[in-house]
Amino acid sequence: MKKEFDWFDKEKNVSLLKKSFYGSLIFLILIDFFIHKHVPFEWAGYPIFFVAYGFVACYVIVYFSKLVGLWLKKREDYYD
Amino acid sequence: MTSTLPPGFIFLFGALLIPLLQGQVRKTFVLLLPGVAFMDLLTMEHGTHWVASFLGQQLIFGQVDQWTMIFGYIFVINTFAGVLYSLHLEKPDEHVATFVYSGSSLGVVFAGDLLTLFIFWELMAFSSVYLILARRTQRAQESAFRYLLVHIFGGLALLGGVVVQITTTGSSVFHLMELEGLASWLIFIGFILNAAIPPLSAWLPDAYPEATVTGSVILSAFTTKTAVYVLARGFAGTELLIWAGVLMTLYGIVFAILENDMRRILAYSIINQVGFMITGIGIGTVMSLNGTAAHAFCHILYKALLFMSAGSVLYMTGKSKCTDLGGLYRTMPLTMLFGVIGAAAISAFPLTSGFTSKSLILQASGDEGLIVVWLMLVLASAGVFLHAGIKFPWFVFFAKDSGLRPKEPPMNMLLAMGFAAFMCIFLGVFPNVLYSILPYPVDYVPYTVDHVVSQMQILMFSALAFFLLLGPLQRTKTISLDTDWFYRRAGQGFKTFADKPIVVMENAIGGAYRSIVIKTTKKLSEWAFAFDRHVMDRVVNGVATMNNYGANSSAWIEKYVVYAGLNWTGYAYHIWARVLKILQTGMVHQYALIFIFGLFVLSVLVLFWVFVYGPPTGNIFR
Repeated sequence: MKKEFDWFDKEKNVSLLKKSFYGSLIFLILIDFFIHKHVPFEWAGYPIFFVAYGFVACYVIVYFSKLVGLWLKKREDYYD
Repeated sequence: MTSTLPPGFIFLFGALLIPLLQGQVRKTFVLLLPGVAFMDLLTMEHGTHWVASFLGQQLIFGQVDQWTMIFGYIFVINTFAGVLYSLHLEKPDEHVATFVYSGSSLGVVFAGDLLTLFIFWELMAFSSVYLILARRTQRAQESAFRYLLVHIFGGLALLGGVVVQITTTGSSVFHLMELEGLASWLIFIGFILNAAIPPLSAWLPDAYPEATVTGSVILSAFTTKTAVYVLARGFAGTELLIWAGVLMTLYGIVFAILENDMRRILAYSIINQVGFMITGIGIGTVMSLNGTAAHAFCHILYKALLFMSAGSVLYMTGKSKCTDLGGLYRTMPLTMLFGVIGAAAISAFPLTSGFTSKSLILQASGDEGLIVVWLMLVLASAGVFLHAGIKFPWFVFFAKDSGLRPKEPPMNMLLAMGFAAFMCIFLGVFPNVLYSILPYPVDYVPYTVDHVVSQMQILMFSALAFFLLLGPLQRTKTISLDTDWFYRRAGQGFKTFADKPIVVMENAIGGAYRSIVIKTTKKLSEWAFAFDRHVMDRVVNGVATMNNYGANSSAWIEKYVVYAGLNWTGYAYHIWARVLKILQTGMVHQYALIFIFGLFVLSVLVLFWVFVYGPPTGNIFR
């Protein structure tokens, strides 16, 4: 039996992934105060605009979908 | 120099030869065909080629410019990837369907007039449906039937538009149109149905996930992208398309988030991605149209890659629901890696193809000052990452351990995924290769510090939101209703109509028959009997000669008038019951409504034609 790919099963690797993920988030916030953005609208160039917009967008999308789902989600045998 | 055959015909004629070949020879042949077509494309010159005359109209099989070429290249490349992915198939049938389907798609792309376009458009519908039927399940068959009927309706609308166009202008040349008048609207409806613009989109997530493992890779590329192509040629700059496109991007995301079946998630993300292209067509500037062409090119590759990855999982496990899958990275690390590359590309991570193509459309919307459109597209970009970028790989390859330990798929599938993954990264690292074949000159640099940082900010904080929202995103064993509800439920409603009121009517008629016909005849005969007995008998007794006459005539009337009348009513009732019985069984009532709708469109056209232009005389195509 071939050995399974277990890189993600090791606690050390997973914590490395988590640390680099959080590190990159902090880096992406901090760097925003040092670069000038060429954006089509002035307000989109304010620091952390894309950080906040991307994050909030996901919440809006997910909860909107949940709301729609109350109406549209049906049991799997609905059409049978 | 231009070669002797349009590339579509290389595929169509090649498809005819496939069943004649066996084993390795056939496998070599199907891999070489896209190569031959690619060489054919390289020799192509811009201009009008291969013109034939038919019923007084010109059929143009080769209207070649930059638009044609970029779609020609990607269609041939994707056919190669799809055929490589399906090389393990023992029977030739799916390969034949694949080449007829992609050959007719190329036919649409190279068509210079509306009649040629229509012929190949129909051929696409009929060849593609085979890739769904070939799954050979009950669900696939039903789905394929709905798919075909919806596309017949779309084809009918297109045909109607083409006929009206030819009768009003006398020309069938396909060029940029204004969206006004019956002809252009009908053509437009035919086009947007294939582009899967809601509410005409439900056929896509209904049918593609029911197709074969190998078929969905092919299906994901051609129908929607030929529609993008013809819309870009015929309706660029139509403002309606901007909003239709924005709607599509959001529609695809919401449904993909609600969905449990991994291939249905990917099907909805086609609607989302085509939405970006449709918005680009609607904006109609050089930048946005370049973006549409580039995004179609890149999208075909990464969507094929995602369908290949999901298909490999389905092929090895027999399961496609997120609730049944999870933790597959342990035994399918390569499939996982390719899936993640496809997911990164569709999410437009820097260094992947999606980043270099989608940016053009976003930039164009910003340049035109379309604030709402720009905001919605950025929001949709976050949403793409949410549903296709993380959700698909997370629930299939990671998340909980489903206990499944499938092996990697066959070598040809891995090679096909490797090829598509390589292309996704290659186009992301060397965007100028793609930019150089776009329809118009490109003045855009995707890799600037601020652009890369902005994109990474959106993506990484979407990822953060995903993990914080894992609770609400948890998969449930459900399906979600789409607009196909109207024709699926309308079919069932018709069935209820056939079952309930007709049964009631049947009883009522039966009752009426009993009380009116039978009772009356009974009464009549009783009365006749009484009359016979009390009056006739006496008379007959009294008058012997008259007796015979009276009895004879009474018998004659009974035999030929009363019974004949009864028989006739009974027989008519019997025939009618037969008709109702047929209506109540099988597919007839399910789809009668769609047929009726199609016939309605057709009859409107005929009436329009006859009343406005008078009855057709002589050659109707003149």
